[in-house]
Amino acid sequence: MRLAGSLAFALTVLFGTAAQAQNPIPVKIGVLSDMSSLYADISGPGSVVAAKMAVHDFNPAAHNMKVDVVSADHQNKPDVGSSIARQWFDVDHVDAIADVPTSSVALAVSDVTREKNKVLLISGAASSDLTGPKCSPNSVHWTYDTWMLANGTGKALVKTGGDTWFFITADYAFGHALERDTAAVVTANGGKVLGHVLVPLNTADFSSFLLQAQQSHAKIIGLANAGGDTDNAIKQGAEFGITAGGQHFAGLLVFIPDVEALGLKTAQGLVLTSTWYWDMNAANRAWTKRWQAERPGKFPSMVVAGVYSSILHYLKAVAALGSAADGKAVVEKMKQMPTDDPLFGKGQVGVDGTVTHPAYLFEVKSPAESKYPGDDFKLRATIPADEAFRPLKDDNCPLVSAAK
Amino acid sequence: MTALADPPIVEARRDGERSLVVAFAVMVALLVVGPFVVYPVFLMQALCFALFACAFNLLVGYVGLLSFGHALFFGWASYLCAHAAKRWGFPPEAAVLFGTLSGAVLGLVAGSIAIRRQGIYFAMITLALAQMMYFVAVRAPFTGGEDGIQDVPRGHLFGVFDLSHEMTMYVFILVMVLASFLFIYRIINSPFGEVLKAIRENEPRAISLGYNTDRYKLCAFVLSATLAGLAGALKALVFQLASLTDVYWTMSGEVVLMTLVGGLGTVFGPVVGAFLIVAMENYLAQFGQWVLVIQGVIFVACVLVFRRGIVGELAHALGVRL
Repeated sequence: MRLAGSLAFALTVLFGTAAQAQNPIPVKIGVLSDMSSLYADISGPGSVVAAKMAVHDFNPAAHNMKVDVVSADHQNKPDVGSSIARQWFDVDHVDAIADVPTSSVALAVSDVTREKNKVLLISGAASSDLTGPKCSPNSVHWTYDTWMLANGTGKALVKTGGDTWFFITADYAFGHALERDTAAVVTANGGKVLGHVLVPLNTADFSSFLLQAQQSHAKIIGLANAGGDTDNAIKQGAEFGITAGGQHFAGLLVFIPDVEALGLKTAQGLVLTSTWYWDMNAANRAWTKRWQAERPGKFPSMVVAGVYSSILHYLKAVAALGSAADGKAVVEKMKQMPTDDPLFGKGQVGVDGTVTHPAYLFEVKSPAESKYPGDDFKLRATIPADEAFRPLKDDNCPLVSAAK
Repeated sequence: MTALADPPIVEARRDGERSLVVAFAVMVALLVVGPFVVYPVFLMQALCFALFACAFNLLVGYVGLLSFGHALFFGWASYLCAHAAKRWGFPPEAAVLFGTLSGAVLGLVAGSIAIRRQGIYFAMITLALAQMMYFVAVRAPFTGGEDGIQDVPRGHLFGVFDLSHEMTMYVFILVMVLASFLFIYRIINSPFGEVLKAIRENEPRAISLGYNTDRYKLCAFVLSATLAGLAGALKALVFQLASLTDVYWTMSGEVVLMTLVGGLGTVFGPVVGAFLIVAMENYLAQFGQWVLVIQGVIFVACVLVFRRGIVGELAHALGVRL
């Protein structure tokens, strides 16, 4: 077994170096995601498809580059994620890791990426700490973060009368950050937080947490969780008669696959913030059609779109530099070049690594309003790019203070 | 007088020793060459698990106590080592020592409760205690819940050796694991170890011979927990991370699997089992959850076809002790 392992390694090393010796610039991108558990529907295999589309659209041959995409399942565990990342960088010559949903894993992978001076293209993870106190010169945070979600959904709900809140929070980095950021927005806009309960990740039974939320008599029950956890909480909440009792759920992070999973009958009226929606414009629809060739019957989330755009921008920066070897330099280049792609349009990578673009406040349609499959959202408001994301001065990111 | 031949038992014993020495030499040689061929971090991970499995084997293979809660010592030692290194700024040797001692203390507490019962009840008590401490790890603020303790500094060993170098770290881990391995071998072959084996074979008879078996069992339990703690503490430094995975009950199950596949009650079995299981988890990772199915199949095949485990069957076929 050990011998077979060594042989396999010797071969990869051999071929790895052989590939490097060739003329085109080699670039290897690893999509590290949740392939089988609660976040698999919003990222996972869909992100891998998006990554391959980005490489195809970039057309590496035209830039004298050779781009490979590999993928792995981090099972939402920081230890699994960081050891895959380490092995990818050390053995498999991966230059950049993309997606990484689950903030706890993203934080662990970010440490490894920085140590090895590679690039982390975050799309799936949300914690605003990734560009705040724990920001890194080796990462770019593409799609969304908890500050932006809180600022969108949180503010909108407080302004329409939802001024008392109770949080059901996923007990890890992402949940804590989302609750913290939303609570700050709620209190800043004159609302009040009545309490919170921490729930382990990937919980099947929400009954005791929902009862606590019910007893709090808060007008809004903020769900600081995502994916399968949000779906379970909302479904079971409907069974408990929470919405019938006059309380409302605020899904602070709801993706279109969640709405599809819940069904419009259960999900209708939910207010959510998103930076991308497949049915927004012709470009998005055309892209979705191509994506669906690989993922029939599914609808891409903003995370999947973010993986596409972040990889496209990354490859442009590598092409401009002529090398992917120095991760810090590539990220620096990504910050210098304005972003421009078919899905997110024009934007900018900030000093802290946050990519700024407009965000949209959506409301889930009722079954009667939905005309065709995937016709799930109606636009309530557009938040311009300069208001959608956290201003640099509130970041506490060491990179920002160093830049001054 | 010297012309007298050794009695057969001593001779057999010497033959046994010879095969052990050869096997040990082969193992050391492979581990020294290993990092130049195979990814060192993978080897360090496998070494930590090998030590964990050896510690577990000390209890189940030589005292006959099947603990189903060894993740408790492994995981908590890794948390406390990580905490000491990161938040209290302990140098690595002190952090590892702190983690190991915490394994000993936890072993003393869990052991003195669990050894009062035998067989399935013993296994259930250890499992229950481990799960209780798992929930403490989930809720306690310093463990960081799902995030774990991340970015643990490896530091400088004795203020001299920079452990952030992969090779230096590897040598440190290798020396610690080999020393523990020899320590376990010494325990097994000491008069104390003979009493443990007597307890395994027939506890009432050991009692009738005047041994206080409870005290022996507790002592073996604490030793096993301490070494499991050392393995956990080392793992925290290797991965610079302590997480819930290491205290969860599946970790207790995994160490049982490693020991059984390698060979229960053999000296080298747990090492081989650990390398095999860790290699499977690493190289089959792209199959996602199928790894568990594959592990299950291997476990069933092992129990049905080669019950002595890989090393056990090998030793049996060659007629030597391994």
